[in-house]
Amino acid sequence: MELSEASVNAVKMSKERKKLIRKQMKACHILLKHDGIRTASHVTKSLVVANGGLGNGVSREQLCAAMKEMGELETIIMSPHKPYAFATYSSEQSAQKAHGLLNGHLLHCGDNSVTLYLSFVDSVPCEAEEHVPLPEGLSLVEDFVSSEVEALLLAAVDWVTFDDDTAQKALKHRRVKHYGYEFRYDTNNVEKDKALSVGLPDECVPILERCLKDGHIGAMPDQLTVNQYQPGQGIPPHVDTHSAFEDTILSLSLGSKTVMEFRHPDGRVVAVLLPGRSLLVMKGESRHLWSHGITPRKFDMVPACDPEPPAAITPHLGNPGNLTLSKRGTRTSFTFRRIRRSPCQCAFPSACDSQGAPSSLPSAPSLPRCQGDAARLEEEYVHRVYDAIAPHFSGTRHSPWPRVCDFLSSLVPGAVLADVGCGNGKYLGVNPEVVALGCDRSSALVHICAERGFQAFVSDALNVPMLTASCDACISIAVIHHFSTPERRLAAVRELMRLLKPGGRALIYVWALEQEYNKQRSKYLKHQSREPSGSPNTAEGQSEGSASPKRTVNSHGDVGITNVDRLDREVSGPVDQRPGEDQVHHGKLSVHTNRTAFNSQDLLVPWHLKDGKGKAGKGRKGGREAGNRDMIRETALAVSKDNPSIAENILPSIGPASDCKTEPTDSNQRSTHPDSMSAKVATPNACLDSSLPSSTKDTDHACKSCPGFEAAATPAIPESSTAAAVFHRYYHVFQQGEIEKVCCQVDGVRVQTSYHDQGNWCVILVKD
Amino acid sequence: MKLLTHNMLTSHVKGVTKGYPLLIKATEVKVNEVEFNSQFVSRMIPKLEWSALVQAAEGLGHLEDLPAELVADYENNEEFLKKVHKVLLEVEVVEGSLQCPESGREFPISRGVPNMLLNEDEV
Repeated sequence: MELSEASVNAVKMSKERKKLIRKQMKACHILLKHDGIRTASHVTKSLVVANGGLGNGVSREQLCAAMKEMGELETIIMSPHKPYAFATYSSEQSAQKAHGLLNGHLLHCGDNSVTLYLSFVDSVPCEAEEHVPLPEGLSLVEDFVSSEVEALLLAAVDWVTFDDDTAQKALKHRRVKHYGYEFRYDTNNVEKDKALSVGLPDECVPILERCLKDGHIGAMPDQLTVNQYQPGQGIPPHVDTHSAFEDTILSLSLGSKTVMEFRHPDGRVVAVLLPGRSLLVMKGESRHLWSHGITPRKFDMVPACDPEPPAAITPHLGNPGNLTLSKRGTRTSFTFRRIRRSPCQCAFPSACDSQGAPSSLPSAPSLPRCQGDAARLEEEYVHRVYDAIAPHFSGTRHSPWPRVCDFLSSLVPGAVLADVGCGNGKYLGVNPEVVALGCDRSSALVHICAERGFQAFVSDALNVPMLTASCDACISIAVIHHFSTPERRLAAVRELMRLLKPGGRALIYVWALEQEYNKQRSKYLKHQSREPSGSPNTAEGQSEGSASPKRTVNSHGDVGITNVDRLDREVSGPVDQRPGEDQVHHGKLSVHTNRTAFNSQDLLVPWHLKDGKGKAGKGRKGGREAGNRDMIRETALAVSKDNPSIAENILPSIGPASDCKTEPTDSNQRSTHPDSMSAKVATPNACLDSSLPSSTKDTDHACKSCPGFEAAATPAIPESSTAAAVFHRYYHVFQQGEIEKVCCQVDGVRVQTSYHDQGNWCVILVKD
Repeated sequence: MKLLTHNMLTSHVKGVTKGYPLLIKATEVKVNEVEFNSQFVSRMIPKLEWSALVQAAEGLGHLEDLPAELVADYENNEEFLKKVHKVLLEVEVVEGSLQCPESGREFPISRGVPNMLLNEDEV
């Protein structure tokens, strides 16, 4: 009896052992394949810990606690979003001990648990120490107020009584209160002759006097906006309206720390850690040109230890591998501004409404009247939007549309395929037997393709830099509906046909006006039944104005009436205006309500960035992993394709992601999760040194971290969603038969098939 | 950007008639190991502008002894196919630019991605 039990155990052990070895091998393989990390077969002092990374929801403290029991640790390197970490011991013995005891070990991290797989490595990647300088004009003063003053200030804000005197706004996702003057969301400005009856709280006076004395400001602020954020809340990137406020803006952070992201129009992103009781001073370029915002999420990636004083920073602690997770709590910010009484004359006219930049009186664009107008409309309402939202769905898995895949699979091996408007490249790998080249207008999206290992370049669909008759097939999926005149739509088809060899085929998908076809509602419409009551996709104070495609000028910290509201009020009926007509039209493009039938062919479709708890996705495995997924969602850390799941514990496929390009039929369209931090956290010591110039070299660095590191756009369930930002994209939705008509205008082209697929009109064209 | 991609790209600046092949000016080149698939490579060869490939490979110092003229019966010449494989699929330009041979216009390559966008006056 005993004996047989023992032998059963022995068999069991060996099974588990085998499983462990298999998993570990798999982990090694993935590390090598995706990140080029070569594991060593001999004992070394360093280990790579698969599944023990920030990208997997493991904090530095949790990993450290487990690792240091094995011996004296020299370093732990944890890089942003990576699902693994590196540990170096002072001796090979300790490393060997760790390898022996922790390999296959289940590490509990709060609600989350991961299985660690350890392998020896000869060397630990040593990322160059990079200091991201703060935006020009930005400075941070830590411990600006004491805990006592903090408590005093927080007590001074009465959130309970609603009164007009302080213009309190009850918002879905953040509380706002104004003192001195009310910021008007409808005008994106303040009514300078209408001061509120309640001025700045007395408690603020000593603080402001100190700011004056310390030279942070030249004159006393007369306007205060108090924002209160719960974990998971944020504010989209915006620049405070120039004409509304003077140069310097002070923001005092109270309560929980957070990470604020500053974005330069050239794409640089600098994340700045704002500790509680710190004062942020925004001047000059940082106030006038850089946008600032807080990504809604529940965890931030922050430097693992307080790097001040700088002298205390050992080299390995200064590098970007030294990050951990910080859980957000309630944060209250006091933003002090001074009302501007004369036009702004800053040195940044591109972002200055006083100097004619599109801005504080946003209005919907009209249909273009000439090519130039069309190009500008598309630039603003297509290209810039995609560049802005691109990062949010990097690293997600997409479900390519089945019928597009059918087309791709029908191509002969060795065929040359051009995907014009390839987005994040989700069709480039569908048929590995063909040579797939992608191009897209959005550089951010193309870089995502490149990071996924696809060949892609940045180009306009009207001028594709490929030889005539060089392709066996072309696809244009959800692209041509972004061209704003019939001429440009025709030109786009013509360009596709130019690329084709005689006999070559092209597949075109455009969004259909008819979202109900053959008595079947498209997925896009169907999805609406899951919406909460009301009109979740429009205004209702859920979107913050600054997130519009023009993300140049906006109010700070202000929500309430949205762009959509503003736009809606200006909307008159859409006008089918042809270029060249001299008739004057004031028709503005209408803003579409998502998940409803279209009421015009030319419209602006809102793209909502939402925060919210994700519903369990289509994981391959259930149960235990659900915890991991949630964890990963909340931290918004990505496990991208380049940065892949290792063994069993990492985020499984979450189902279709929100891809703007797929949005017409993608049922998860609306549910993007805000991105995770894209840039390195500028450390407080960097913050203090605001004199550091933002050189162009740094631009490269900041850009480098932009799309690549970006996080999962995970589907969130509509019921619990709260909006964070709204972008508007221009669409021309096609009527039945319209795309065929366009195609027939191109010589030497035959429409082989046309069909309706989930709210899209689709054609397969053949070149004679 | 792999040389396979380069082989397909051309300058499309308005008015240019001989925009092919683009001249590669690389400041950073890497060689990435890619799994060899002899069938894939031999299917690719007839689609290529051979001379452009040779020129590009030579310019990057990765010629791998590729002959100026395509050899006959390459389908069964594994050694040759492996060289083509390397040049075509493993050599990548990470940073640099592509220059139009006629107009001299340079298109930047950054992080492996060529930016072929034209200015308003070039279309």
